[in-house]
Amino acid sequence: MYKNWWKILASILVLYTVIGGLLIQVPELPILHESIRNLYFHVPMWFAMIVVYLVSVIYSIKYLNSGNENHDLIAVESVNTGIVFGFIGLASGMIWANYTWGSPWPNDPKLNSAAISTLMYLAYIVLRSSIEEEQKRAKISAIYNIFAFPAMVVLLFILPRLTDSLHPGNGGNPGFGTYDLDRNMRFVFYPAVLGWILISVWIMTIRYRIRLIENKQNQID
Amino acid sequence: MNLITQVRFLLKKEILLEWRSKYAFNGILLYVISTVFVCYLSFKTTPPLVWNALFWIILLFAAINAIAKSFIQESKGRLLYYYQIASPQAIIIAKIIYNILLMILMATIALVFYSIVFQNNVGDVPLYFVAVLLGAISFSTVFTMISAIAAKASNNGTLMAILSFPVIIPLLMLIIKLSKNAMDGLDRSVSLDEIGVLCAINLIVIVISLLLFPYLWRD
Repeated sequence: MYKNWWKILASILVLYTVIGGLLIQVPELPILHESIRNLYFHVPMWFAMIVVYLVSVIYSIKYLNSGNENHDLIAVESVNTGIVFGFIGLASGMIWANYTWGSPWPNDPKLNSAAISTLMYLAYIVLRSSIEEEQKRAKISAIYNIFAFPAMVVLLFILPRLTDSLHPGNGGNPGFGTYDLDRNMRFVFYPAVLGWILISVWIMTIRYRIRLIENKQNQID
Repeated sequence: MNLITQVRFLLKKEILLEWRSKYAFNGILLYVISTVFVCYLSFKTTPPLVWNALFWIILLFAAINAIAKSFIQESKGRLLYYYQIASPQAIIIAKIIYNILLMILMATIALVFYSIVFQNNVGDVPLYFVAVLLGAISFSTVFTMISAIAAKASNNGTLMAILSFPVIIPLLMLIIKLSKNAMDGLDRSVSLDEIGVLCAINLIVIVISLLLFPYLWRD
């Protein structure tokens, strides 16, 4: 039980945000209207994605220092989970953009950056599949993972701030935090972010443990 | 031998090898010139925005072709020999410096030829040249490390492009913005942001390459 409290917390938080996010009063804003509720689902995806990518980089560094293949497994499963969250984030954002900005893919730096960073991690997967030897694969992909991470940070956090963006908080637009996000929304938004981050880590650990069992099965006794 | 002498010797060797065959330089030069000509014949005249973007796309592909060779062309035995006599840091620094020199030369020639063939007015020529220099340096630092990674994997021609595009795009966007500022002849203080960020990213890339390359070369 003491090991699983965070899984229970994650389930409760996400359940609460699904129910609360759809029922609790939201401020009435022009253009956004009720679609503002997507904030509770779209934005936490990116938080979850960045957290699992960060976990992946940390374990890639650990792998280079230790040579322990379990660290490599955690790194690759984190990337796999992060890609899924990235795709869900893109999809939920495209639906939202279709109703508020008029088209699913307006030419916005944040959209392009998110798509490119997803490409970067897809390239990581391709790199892995192109190397047969296991230790070499683990080492080289760990190196690429660490090398690509600063580029992703630049893409997601620096570039959008240098140019105009439709997203709040960029290019002189006020962030949600300043006045749009009222007290009620904060009560749902912050638990949603925490809940989805925990869920993403949970998915990653399940996938990691499945891989461990598979490896054990494949071993010759 | 300390690091600096090692780098100097390796750099001298790279330049000497290149000078003897002139294969990479002539090949890439011809590649750039024929691409510029193909673009000229198909576009004839271009609006400024396209002029700028086209130049960087030409330079991007030339850089990928030029730098992909830096590790792939080395035979396995020769690489083993380097690793016995020099530190991995010296090898990667020498490669990066050599690629920077090659790309600066290439980019300058490309820029001169491109602006002769395509008539266009650049508002602030010195700043545009600074953008080209920074672009050449950025391409070299990023692609050298990627080519070292790609050389380790099979099927490395495709892999080089797949791995390097996502990493270079943020830099490329900054460079295109900077060179667009130069074309419009905006006040130079406007572009300081981009120059600063570009220099910072290049520094980070070089430091990470230095840290990671020692793990990469050992098989």
